[in-house]
Amino acid sequence: MIQDLLNSSPGWANFGIFFLLGTVLLLVVLGFVTYGILAERKVMGYMQLRHGPNQVGGKWGLLQTVADVLKLLLKEDVIPKMADRPLFILAPVIAFAPAFMVLATIPFTDKFQFADIGVGLLYYIAVSGITTIGVVTGGWASNNKYALLGGMRAAAQMISYEIPLVRSVLGIILLTGSLNLNDIVHAQRHGWFILWQPIAFIVFFIASIAELNRTPFDLPEAESEIVAGYHVEYSGFRWAFFMLAEYVYLFAMAALITTLFLGGWMSPLAALNFIPGAVWFALKFSVVIFVYIWIRVALPRMRADHLMEFGWKVLLPVALANIFLTALIKSIFHIF
Amino acid sequence: MLRTEEMILNVGPQHPSTHGVFRLVIKIDGEIIKEAKPVIGYLHRGTEKLAENLQYTQIIPYTDRMDYLSAMTTNYVLCHAVETMMDLKIPDRAEYLRVIAMELGRIASHLVWWGTYLLDIGAVSPFLYAFREREMIINMLNELSGARLTFNYMRVGGVKWDAPEGWIEKVKAFIPYMREQLEGYHNLATGNEIFMSRIKGVGKYTKEEAISYSLSGPNLRCTGVKWDLRKDEPYSIYDRFKFDVPVRESGDAWARYHVRLEEIEESLKILEQAVEQFPAEGEIMAKVPKIIKAPKGEAFVRIESPRGEVGCYIASDGKKEPYRLKFRRPSFYNLQILPKLLEGQNIANLIAILGAIDIVLGEVDG
Repeated sequence: MIQDLLNSSPGWANFGIFFLLGTVLLLVVLGFVTYGILAERKVMGYMQLRHGPNQVGGKWGLLQTVADVLKLLLKEDVIPKMADRPLFILAPVIAFAPAFMVLATIPFTDKFQFADIGVGLLYYIAVSGITTIGVVTGGWASNNKYALLGGMRAAAQMISYEIPLVRSVLGIILLTGSLNLNDIVHAQRHGWFILWQPIAFIVFFIASIAELNRTPFDLPEAESEIVAGYHVEYSGFRWAFFMLAEYVYLFAMAALITTLFLGGWMSPLAALNFIPGAVWFALKFSVVIFVYIWIRVALPRMRADHLMEFGWKVLLPVALANIFLTALIKSIFHIF
Repeated sequence: MLRTEEMILNVGPQHPSTHGVFRLVIKIDGEIIKEAKPVIGYLHRGTEKLAENLQYTQIIPYTDRMDYLSAMTTNYVLCHAVETMMDLKIPDRAEYLRVIAMELGRIASHLVWWGTYLLDIGAVSPFLYAFREREMIINMLNELSGARLTFNYMRVGGVKWDAPEGWIEKVKAFIPYMREQLEGYHNLATGNEIFMSRIKGVGKYTKEEAISYSLSGPNLRCTGVKWDLRKDEPYSIYDRFKFDVPVRESGDAWARYHVRLEEIEESLKILEQAVEQFPAEGEIMAKVPKIIKAPKGEAFVRIESPRGEVGCYIASDGKKEPYRLKFRRPSFYNLQILPKLLEGQNIANLIAILGAIDIVLGEVDG
């Protein structure tokens, strides 16, 4: 459907449809962020002998995040006097916009995909890299020492982990011969890539946590060391933008892992094909999110130098070995 | 032309990991600390000076607020000093209540340390588990003394309140429970690869350095010095119990971590024997005059608090107030080695080293 629209002559009607679709995606994502945060707090709560939110919006705290966001929007807009004003204002936008842009290429079901582009995977990785600039800018523009340290940590970490992240998916690209996410899903008809590419999955998963700045790789915002890192001077809706970017990336990364390794919208057994693809996608996606939360609850934070060592000396060689192994197996056994 | 310069960073007095109003001025090159200067005194209340105008019983609440994580030990050291001067014989039941209260306090204090240390390292959950157990201890001590933190429980000559009915049974039931939880702690945190890599070899010092800096408690025992006043200079009734003094050789944060967790086990052993031997009947107060006057002269006593040797020096001219009162506060002494340990470390290690020293700001600042 979208392909037809893209090929038809431009007009207000087309624009309207695209605008509408964009709004739908935004609402889906915001809905996820709202309830993703609630889920995280609830799951963390139960794992930590607490209840989590249970006051606003019934006993499940269903409106807690809504209330939190409203509060953030209504807060006074504080810009530190000595901050670099234009950059300070720009940074959250730079951080957030790419987070939303990457979602366009994720195939949620076989039909529900906003841009079925040939280099979908490359697009995702390239665009998501821009966020780092926003984070570093925010850290620099705040004119705060803790923020600066956080920004520098973020830059070092993102660069170090982007590389194994990309390298690990090369195995999949070798097997499918395509960067198109739809093709990658279709290539998993006979088995998910988590089975064909277990090493790649592990490397990708670890690197993705580092990319998301989540525990145990939450160094850029390590609250017990550098207080809140790059967003220490941010408050109100600007801070909300940073948080939003973080959670939209969580959404995007979980969706990407589902697509790349867990067979996307496809059902695991042919007998279960009657269940719609969206349900399968949502299920797998939720499992990935749960594992992310679980890891956050269970692990302490790594140290910056260990993090670098681990990225360059462990993850990268393993990812490269995986590419080699994949190429070898592919050319010997002629699978795929 | 690229220009680099060193940056001066104020860590604290409002910082999540300084455990109170402790300030550290560090000079950093990137994240490497070139120089560290601790600034203390934000919580100084002048306890020692105030005490000169207070009767001995009135000083006890002030000792609650020094080491507020195990107020029972500082309570005790003051009473112990006055009792030594007055040469009082304390009834058995009171001594047992004191030991049980102090050992419970020691466990509670180490639990807070364990939880907050892991919180500093970045793991959030252990904190809540530790506080679950601590809450049980706090509730027990609350039943005993009527307060959750500032107990004001001990008196010169004994203790203020007798154990309520069924209280000893509660302590008895807590011991196996705590042992079980301790195993869970080890499963959750001790074996964690990231945690090990964070604290192994961090903040290392030798036996000689520890002694020359006058470190005490787990900070000393982590270097292999087997020195515990409960064993080496038994006070109260500690000579009646069988327990070990946990020692580690390596002198790093990892050693301190293990010493503290093992001390919880040893405290449980003491508790077990104490509730077993607990006299069914008896006085909880010795015969003391209405107004306590320490005889003319001076006395110094020292006991083992969770943080090290806490000492109390009293000079009396025979009045109902002390002429001079001085506390040897272990946190203050243990903190002195910090600038030396921090040199050349990075900020992540700063938190790990500071946390491993286990300071309580109420005690550092007096």
